[in-house]
Amino acid sequence: MTPIILICAAASLILGGVGGVIARRPAGRMIVYGGSLAIAVVALLAALAQLALGIAPDPLVVLPIGLPHPGASGLGMRFGMDDLAAAFLIIANIGGAAASLFALGYTRHEAEPWRVLPVYPVFLAAMNLVVIAADAYGFLLCWEVMSLASWALVMAHHTEAATRRAGVVYLLMASAGTLALLLCFGLLAGNAGNYAFTAMRAVPRARWMGSAVMMLALLGAGSKAGLVPLHVWLPRAHPAAPSHVSALMSGVMTKVAVYAFIRIAFDLAGPPAWWWGLVVLLAGGMTAVLGVLYALMEDDIKTILAYSTIENIGLIFAGLGLALAFKADGMMAAAALALTAALFHALNHMLFKSTLFFGAGAIQHATGTRDLAQLGGLINRMRVSAVPMLIAALAIAALPPLNGFASEWLLLQAILLSPALPQFGLKLAVPAIGALVALSAAFAAACFVRFYGIAYLGRARGDAAAAAHETDRWSLSAMILLAALCVAAGLLPGFAIDLLAPVTHALLGARVSTQAGLSWLTIVPVALRQNAYDPLLIALFIAISAIMGAFVLRRFGARATRRAPAWGCGYQEFGPPARTLITQYSPSGFAQPIRRVFAGVVLRARDEATLPLPGEAHPARLTLRWSDPAWSLLYAPLIGAIGWLAGQTNRLQFLTIRRYLAFVFMALVALLGWIALWG
Amino acid sequence: MDHVLSSATALSIAHVLAGALVLVSFMMLYQDRLSSVINVLALHAVVLGCAVGWQAYIQHAPALYITAGLALGFKALVIPIALHRIVERFGIHREVEAVGGISLTMLGGIGLVALSMVVMLRTAAHADALAREDVALALSVILLGMLMMVTRRNAVSQIAGFMSLENGLILAAAGAQGMPLVVEISVAFSVLIAFIVIGVFLFRIRERFDTVDSTALDAFRGEAS
Repeated sequence: MTPIILICAAASLILGGVGGVIARRPAGRMIVYGGSLAIAVVALLAALAQLALGIAPDPLVVLPIGLPHPGASGLGMRFGMDDLAAAFLIIANIGGAAASLFALGYTRHEAEPWRVLPVYPVFLAAMNLVVIAADAYGFLLCWEVMSLASWALVMAHHTEAATRRAGVVYLLMASAGTLALLLCFGLLAGNAGNYAFTAMRAVPRARWMGSAVMMLALLGAGSKAGLVPLHVWLPRAHPAAPSHVSALMSGVMTKVAVYAFIRIAFDLAGPPAWWWGLVVLLAGGMTAVLGVLYALMEDDIKTILAYSTIENIGLIFAGLGLALAFKADGMMAAAALALTAALFHALNHMLFKSTLFFGAGAIQHATGTRDLAQLGGLINRMRVSAVPMLIAALAIAALPPLNGFASEWLLLQAILLSPALPQFGLKLAVPAIGALVALSAAFAAACFVRFYGIAYLGRARGDAAAAAHETDRWSLSAMILLAALCVAAGLLPGFAIDLLAPVTHALLGARVSTQAGLSWLTIVPVALRQNAYDPLLIALFIAISAIMGAFVLRRFGARATRRAPAWGCGYQEFGPPARTLITQYSPSGFAQPIRRVFAGVVLRARDEATLPLPGEAHPARLTLRWSDPAWSLLYAPLIGAIGWLAGQTNRLQFLTIRRYLAFVFMALVALLGWIALWG
Repeated sequence: MDHVLSSATALSIAHVLAGALVLVSFMMLYQDRLSSVINVLALHAVVLGCAVGWQAYIQHAPALYITAGLALGFKALVIPIALHRIVERFGIHREVEAVGGISLTMLGGIGLVALSMVVMLRTAAHADALAREDVALALSVILLGMLMMVTRRNAVSQIAGFMSLENGLILAAAGAQGMPLVVEISVAFSVLIAFIVIGVFLFRIRERFDTVDSTALDAFRGEAS
């Protein structure tokens, strides 16, 4: 199946070239996005076939370009789709297909399509190639192409100053992350210097070197995935891109980073030490809670979604850390459960986050604003797209019977197995991380009640929202498709677990017991404890109780719907703004309890209310301030130090010729002295 | 080796000549008049010619005789005479222009010689003794040449430092089993061209600033030295 993926990637690259030529023609859009859709579907079917039918992975394909490998077959970039790669190809290509479908309609009003069209297929191809790369050179090359292509897509709307700033921050963080991965692969290759993954697996390495590899992988992959405190670029860059690209970056590119971490930490780095799991767990737990807290502070709908991506990445990394801890202690069945939970959540997050970004794009297009405080009542004017948005919001809030609940439930089941771990550090830390996961799930629910409630329910808070219109059919079909997949994955999690079983078997030698064939499509991941989750029964219960509740309300409550002017808290006579804007919950008002209790310390959130003195005519004002602790604690000192150092070095620009000579001389003498003393 | 001298004597004579080159480098360091700096530079080239000639004799490498001839012809005669004429045309042959005290510079030079000895002993402990000693002394000459360039303000004596540095390079190359004639000739040409270019620059600087003190260049850039 590997050649199919390679051919698809090559076709995407060619499509990028074609896109560059025909970007200014009206048909260019249809050709590029339609072609991308077709390619993604083919690649998806190939990956799905390998995983679902249990086809053994092909031998590696060696391309006649690349780096010379000592002792191997000379030049050649190696590519191969094993089961782990296939799982992530499924995620990447569902996301890619949906984004292309959405873009067919959504980009109709793109102002400068030639900034997006040539790069978009290259971005898709690079993400596919990273996943199937089987040597460090191919991996890093495709990784960099992926970073650069996504940067170019972020810069599509480069006329806004915020976008340009986001681009700079993104480029810096991406290059820092790649540097970490470069060093990581250098350590993995060892003295032999063979950069093929198969050779890296065979290299014996010291404990400290394996640990250094893991930490570098966490830095490199974590900066791309958005782990706190390496996340600072993500909430700037993801919202700045066009919405279908935002969906790809949040839904798919962060998963490629997760793939990189799994590939290195589980496959290449060798047997883990027990504290690796602890480090990853702590990073994941912190990321989950902080990410969703940021999301609750934000008013920009796409930034909210970007911060929520950080939260979900935290959950995935918590699962991965747990799997590492179990693997270090030889509890392979438990490790397989935790890894399955992480992979399943990665799939689920791609499904609902892409839907949400599509919906946010539709809102932005319909109203011209991304400010949550300007929206409201969209459910009346965007009747169709409100339904998949509701499903995705319920799923990301982890409500049963949808897919977000299924994967988080699996993660909590794995956490419940932690008392069997021998190390006391883990025994204490894992339940604490479990509490953080539960807390972040609750915050996520609050966050998406706020998102959906403010944007879609109530009455329009501004003229733009009042004049909103439904989006086009292409966009709707993409959103409905993904929402249906959310429902399907939620109702039938057993199939997803069985689909992922070969991956855990290949990495850990163990798998979650087969779920197919259990009565009522129940899932029982830990056969011993009989903890079962039956989404179909729950869905049935919810449906019956909802219908009964509606019936009782209709039967015994008010007989018919009555329409009347909304009560404006006594401000009705001040005109329409008073009835809609002032008297409804504002997004910052909705988040205030959580802001007061949690964000006051962590994010230094402050509410400042200036009330008019008696007799003054101006209105009372509420200003909110909050800051990202990562900036004030890490990046601001770092930037300051670099600036100071640059200022000092700048003096070297203005020396006399003799002093330059003296510098060369001193350097030579210092090096000779080094040789004389320690050589 | 079928020559008349025993190899121990051959080694000592090569050693003495290389040591003499280091000594002449030290002599150059404590000259404070430009014309005497140029005289010492000529002496430096003469000693280099003898050292390279001796290497040619004991290694049976006729190509090295050409190197020695080039050193004697160009560096001991042509370049010093040209430099003398420049200095006399500028009228700066009595100029004193050392940076820092002469004694401090000499002490630094002694430290550099010690450093190069230690470096060679540590890095080339298993190499041929003749070549090792030669390279150690050649490294000293190079470092002393750089020290000369760093501690002088006047462009002419910076040229002298550069020339003595280059002499050290040739000594090192001659000690290490000789170098190909092509390389040698191209080095000689490059030195000649460097000399011409630097000479032209000297006249240009002189025309514009009425001095060949290179701090004048810095003043022209708008900075204090």
